[in-house]
Amino acid sequence: MAEIIVVTSGKGGVGKTTTSAAIGSGLALRGHKTVIIDFDVGLRNLDLIMGCERRVVYDFVNVLNNEANLNQALIKDKRNENLFILPASQTRDKDALTLDGVQTILSQLAETFDYIICDSPAGIEKGAQMALYYADQAIVVTNPEVSSVRDSDRILGILQSKSLRAETGDEPVKEHLLLTRYNPTRVTDGEMLSVTDVEEILAIPLLGVIPESEAVLKASNQGIPVIFDETADAGHAYHDAVARLLGEKIEFRFLEVEKKGLLKRLLGAK
Amino acid sequence: MSIFDYFKSNKTNSASLAMERLQVIVAHERGMRNQPNYLPKMQQEIIEVIKKYIPIDNDQVSVTLDNNDGCSILELNVTLPNNN
Repeated sequence: MAEIIVVTSGKGGVGKTTTSAAIGSGLALRGHKTVIIDFDVGLRNLDLIMGCERRVVYDFVNVLNNEANLNQALIKDKRNENLFILPASQTRDKDALTLDGVQTILSQLAETFDYIICDSPAGIEKGAQMALYYADQAIVVTNPEVSSVRDSDRILGILQSKSLRAETGDEPVKEHLLLTRYNPTRVTDGEMLSVTDVEEILAIPLLGVIPESEAVLKASNQGIPVIFDETADAGHAYHDAVARLLGEKIEFRFLEVEKKGLLKRLLGAK
Repeated sequence: MSIFDYFKSNKTNSASLAMERLQVIVAHERGMRNQPNYLPKMQQEIIEVIKKYIPIDNDQVSVTLDNNDGCSILELNVTLPNNN
C-alpha cells in the first residue's frame, strides 16, 4: 500500500520542488521505492532540479491520454535505483488533468511504489487541488514570512475541506510543517518570524526546519537534489525531516546561531 | 537622545509586528472559511432590505452562522443609528 504525500504551499517560490526532490531522494536513499510526480503542468521544473531534463520523452498527460504507458514515461534516477520521476507536460494546460485520470495513474503507481510524492504547483487552483486530492499526508512548505504563512494556512483549509479524505469523512490528511529558508541570525535580531511563531499560527506538527543555504542554489544549478550534498546543512536538515517522516524522533538542528570561533572570524568564514 | 540610547538596540522588532498582523488576519480568514458560499451574498441582500427603511452602513450589520452539532444558528446583528 503506497503512501501518497503532497508537497504544497499555496505561495510560489518557497521551495516545494526543492523539497519534493530532497524528500523523495531521502526516502529512496533509505531503501523505499519512491516516485516523484510533477503536477505543475505547463511549468515543469522537477526535471531540472532532479537533473533529468534531457531524458524526458513522455509525460504525465501522455499517460493520461493513453499516448504512452506509465513505464515509458517514468524516468529512473541515475543516482538511486529506488527513485523515479514522472514529469509534467510542458505543452498542455492544467485542464489536461482530471481527477479520474490522476486516480488511474496513482493507483497504477501504488502497485509498485512505497511512496508517491506529489509536487504541487503554486496557487489554490485546479492543479494544486489535483495534487492534494488523493493525499494521505501533506508537507506544507512555508517560509518565515507573512505572505507565505498566510497562504499555508489557506492551503491547510483546502486540505481539510477539499481532499478526498475530507470529502469522504475518512481520517484527515496528516499535515506536516516544513519551514524553509530559515535564518537563525535574523530571528535572533527580531527580523524574522521564529519557528515557534510559525508553529503557533499554523498549529500543525513540525517536520523540519531547513536553514537558508547557498547549497540549495548550488544544488539546483547542478541538477542534484540538495540532500545528496553531504557537506550542506540544508542537506542534513532534509535527512532529519525524512527520518521524522518515517516516525523517528530526531532533535531539531540549525535553529540557533552558530557560534564562530576566533580563528573562523579572523579567516572571515561565513 | 541620551548617550544610553546609543547602546540600546534601536532596531524595531519587525518580527513581532509580523506575528501580530498574522494572528489577526489568519483568525479572520479561518472564521470565513467555514461559512457557506452563499453567506456574503445573502448578507449583502439583507443589508439592502434594511437600508430601504433605515439608513445604516454595511459595517453596522453582522451575519454569522454557527454550527453546533446538528443545529445551525444564523445570527443577525443590526446596530441601529441613534436618532430618535
